[in-house]
Amino acid sequence: MLVDAIVEAIRLAVTRIPDDVVSAIRDAHAREDNEVARFNLENILKAIEIGKEDSIPVCQDTGTITFFVEAGVESPFLGEVKGWLMEATMRATEEIPLRPNAVDVLTGKNSGDNTGKGVPVIHWELVPGDDIRIAILPKGGGSENCSALAMLTPSEGWEGVRRFVLERVRECGGKPCPPAILGIGVGGGADYSLLLAKKALLRRVGERNPDEGIAKIEEEILEEVNALGIGPMGMGGKTTALDVKIEVAHRHPASFPVGLIVQCWANRRAFVEIKPDGSVEVWQ
Amino acid sequence: MAVKLRTPLSEEDVLNLRAGEVVYLSGTIYTARDSAHRKILGLPPEELPFNPNGAVIYHCGPVVRKTRGGYEIVSAGPTTSARMNGYLDTILGLGVRGIIGKGGMDTEPFRGRAVYFAFTGGAGSLAAKSIKRVKAVHWLEELGIPEAVWVLDVQNFPLIVAIDAHGNSLYR
Repeated sequence: MLVDAIVEAIRLAVTRIPDDVVSAIRDAHAREDNEVARFNLENILKAIEIGKEDSIPVCQDTGTITFFVEAGVESPFLGEVKGWLMEATMRATEEIPLRPNAVDVLTGKNSGDNTGKGVPVIHWELVPGDDIRIAILPKGGGSENCSALAMLTPSEGWEGVRRFVLERVRECGGKPCPPAILGIGVGGGADYSLLLAKKALLRRVGERNPDEGIAKIEEEILEEVNALGIGPMGMGGKTTALDVKIEVAHRHPASFPVGLIVQCWANRRAFVEIKPDGSVEVWQ
Repeated sequence: MAVKLRTPLSEEDVLNLRAGEVVYLSGTIYTARDSAHRKILGLPPEELPFNPNGAVIYHCGPVVRKTRGGYEIVSAGPTTSARMNGYLDTILGLGVRGIIGKGGMDTEPFRGRAVYFAFTGGAGSLAAKSIKRVKAVHWLEELGIPEAVWVLDVQNFPLIVAIDAHGNSLYR
């Protein structure tokens, strides 16, 4: 039964685009006067409607399934969660269906069910309490290919972050399916900055970092990215990004790591919460 | 200003198109991504799974459902075309007249002989509405669902001419 709930959450993630993302795309459509930009945004809005009505994946790239698990150390299910996530991924691939996107790195052979060595990706965090909260992020390859890490010098600092992000977005143009959502992680080391950047994508569009200083930088980078004129699908327009989200951790005095995860407009996500009595809640 | 075209495309069809025009494409198209391109380029022309003359190739790895009679395309938006830039000149040299994808490609190889049509990335559920049936599939066992060559019958697939045969491109 818990596996059913996780399959349903994956279905929700790939067939329904979250409301906050849809309204950001509608706003973008209202702002654009470029005819090609409007063609692309109209197609996006139509595809979202069809996905919802027909309960089919909005984008054919249903991605690499990534789970972020906040596992309460007192939950009676700690030992079983990984098995449920694996089983749900296989069943979702068959039942929804998802595109099988897991291939062997040496032979290129597709496993056929989205599982394999290290996938689906599961990030664990132990937290106090007895609930297990799972965030699901199916992330497509086109946008992921534009993700990057920069190890800046501390003297380059936040100005360097801005420069790095803008250069990368310009270089990627229409490849990551803009209007994009940019997740940026600063600090914590090379590995952790990228993890923070990916986790940032779970926040709602328009939801700012609670730190005012960071929130201001989010807004500034968003404005500068949109001033690039890359536009929907790289064919020109006012909307290159729907949002920019920054998460931070303290850094080593000698390092200034910046992880950038580029997400396409289809910022798919869903959440599952498992209570100690076995009851579940699914939302987006 | 929208143009209706049917595959296979002629040289004249292609030379008449200009960047920014909307085209409703009907007929047969062939999906191909990275692995399929590598395979196509390694084969002598007479062993290709389709006739490349006037053909339109779709950079797409669909979501597919098996039905009793064959296969059904569930969602089928374009993939990032720039990954196939390295194969472009040779592919167009085989006689291919159109590429459908997203994100754009090198402009020069299209000059005088072919066009690049863009469809909206991520809008796979909408693209699937234009796909009437799966006519055949090649290399499915070997390459897997996303990389196989799917032979699709499309009707009025709405596309933008993003790179024309005269050196014009919409990409910034």
